[in-house]
Amino acid sequence: MTAARAKPLLWIGAAAVSAWVLAPIVLIGLASFTPRDALYTWPRPIIPEQFSLETFLFFFRSHGVLRSTFNSLLVAGITIVFALALGAPAGYALSRFVFPGRDGLRLSILATKMFPATILAVPLTVAFIRWHLYDTLLGVALVHTVLALPFTIIITSSIFVGVPAELEEAALTLGCSRAGAFRRVVLPMALPGLAASAIFTFVLSWNEVFAATILTLDNRTLPALIMNAIGSAGAPLDYRFAGGFFMIVPALVIIFLIRRYLMTMWGVTVR
Amino acid sequence: MSHMMIRRRSWVPYALMVPALLYLAVFFVYPLLEAFVLSFRGEGGRFTLEFFRQMAGDTYFRGAVRNSFLLTLLVVPLQLIIALLISLIVNTRFRAASTFLYICAIPLGISDLAAGLIWLSVFTERGYLNTILGGLGLTAQPITFLTPERLDWLYGAIVVTEVWRATAIVMVILVAGLQLVPRDYLEAADVFGARPWQKLWRITLPLLMPSLQAALMIRTILALQLFATVITLSGRLVPVLAGEAYFWYSTYRNFHVASAYAVLIMVISFLITFLYLRLLRTKAEALA
Repeated sequence: MTAARAKPLLWIGAAAVSAWVLAPIVLIGLASFTPRDALYTWPRPIIPEQFSLETFLFFFRSHGVLRSTFNSLLVAGITIVFALALGAPAGYALSRFVFPGRDGLRLSILATKMFPATILAVPLTVAFIRWHLYDTLLGVALVHTVLALPFTIIITSSIFVGVPAELEEAALTLGCSRAGAFRRVVLPMALPGLAASAIFTFVLSWNEVFAATILTLDNRTLPALIMNAIGSAGAPLDYRFAGGFFMIVPALVIIFLIRRYLMTMWGVTVR
Repeated sequence: MSHMMIRRRSWVPYALMVPALLYLAVFFVYPLLEAFVLSFRGEGGRFTLEFFRQMAGDTYFRGAVRNSFLLTLLVVPLQLIIALLISLIVNTRFRAASTFLYICAIPLGISDLAAGLIWLSVFTERGYLNTILGGLGLTAQPITFLTPERLDWLYGAIVVTEVWRATAIVMVILVAGLQLVPRDYLEAADVFGARPWQKLWRITLPLLMPSLQAALMIRTILALQLFATVITLSGRLVPVLAGEAYFWYSTYRNFHVASAYAVLIMVISFLITFLYLRLLRTKAEALA
């Protein structure tokens, strides 16, 4: 039957697409572990004759890399806390209550996703200079929180929908306060989902280039540092390759760890 | 849903929403308004079109508008087609479907900057593409692809990178959409002896339409944000709108013209959303 005939075609298609996605990642990995001078030779083999940490260490020891990596982690951490602290209550309200204006609020929160960093960053810079937030990690985290907030609200609301309201009511009937019922019943059940939301926020913040570049000068996050090194300082190729590879590693690890929840998470964000 | 929860007109949900809404007011609504102020207010607080004139008179402006639209027109259809292919493969639930889905989702975690650098290692003069071409004996000398003399190659490199990076988000939308297509419909079609392409054309695709439209809209608007990919591969050889906002801010330190670009991107995004909603009659909910 047709199904049997389609089978090899299916595997070939899947293999081709997989190769298309994976090959460039392998290549940048190879480039980061090719000795620096070998990167500029011709002809150059795809797999280097000898692997070396030279290129990677050159990048890693370049001025500002270590500090901006730390900055990126810190910004992501602050963003996760802010986004959850602000977004989870709103997500809870949207999932548990029916109230006048709910649909309007939900829709306007979703609509904010349509106005990303490119539009917000420049005017925010002017405000941040006035508010003494320019070139601070807190400032970058505040912008990343805006970007993450609609996603956090949507993800958390879908998580709270998944926690049966009956259990919460049972706790209320048995004498818990609303806050108590939330803390003792809802929160433990929602915890894995909230962790997923935090991971989503981490990836968003770790990868954000535009706002971080524009809002910082000395206190660069990693993408801002690399962007600036390319945009204005003309960094050499070996720096670029190792930098690119270094930026994708955490994301690859995270996506691998949460692969089972991938569809749920990113799927929810686009609903 | 219980009576206890919905009966009362409670202040609780509003109290829970207020922090997030206040935050969005300060860090979202305010900068949007500020963008207009910065780009329209001249000296002494008077209304002026001077900054927009400056923007439109700049040598890079026309190229930026053209490139942004052209790249969107090239990239978005390719992304939709490839994402549709991937999601149809995933939806067959063949043995390796979940591994395949994971592999295809990897670019979700990769920034435009990193993606640009990845493909730079392919397209640069001593890059992998030249290695392969040379290895196959097709070229004797490495070809410089990323140069103003080879605009088509520059364009091609940007398109390839964007398709590689951002097809995943379209795929996620479509895979989620495919899960909503009822299996019984397809089984019924089997009973009536429908061919696979008939099932695809008559059942799957029509039912997938809302997801396709949502993906189309989201990707079109995000394509206007195109920035780091283009700069890593072309510098300013292929100017784009968001890139110009960056250069006007970081190189010329001109908030006003940079804001004018931000306003322009905002207006175009609005128009595109509006047009799509009108033309495709997408439900507003689907855009989320």
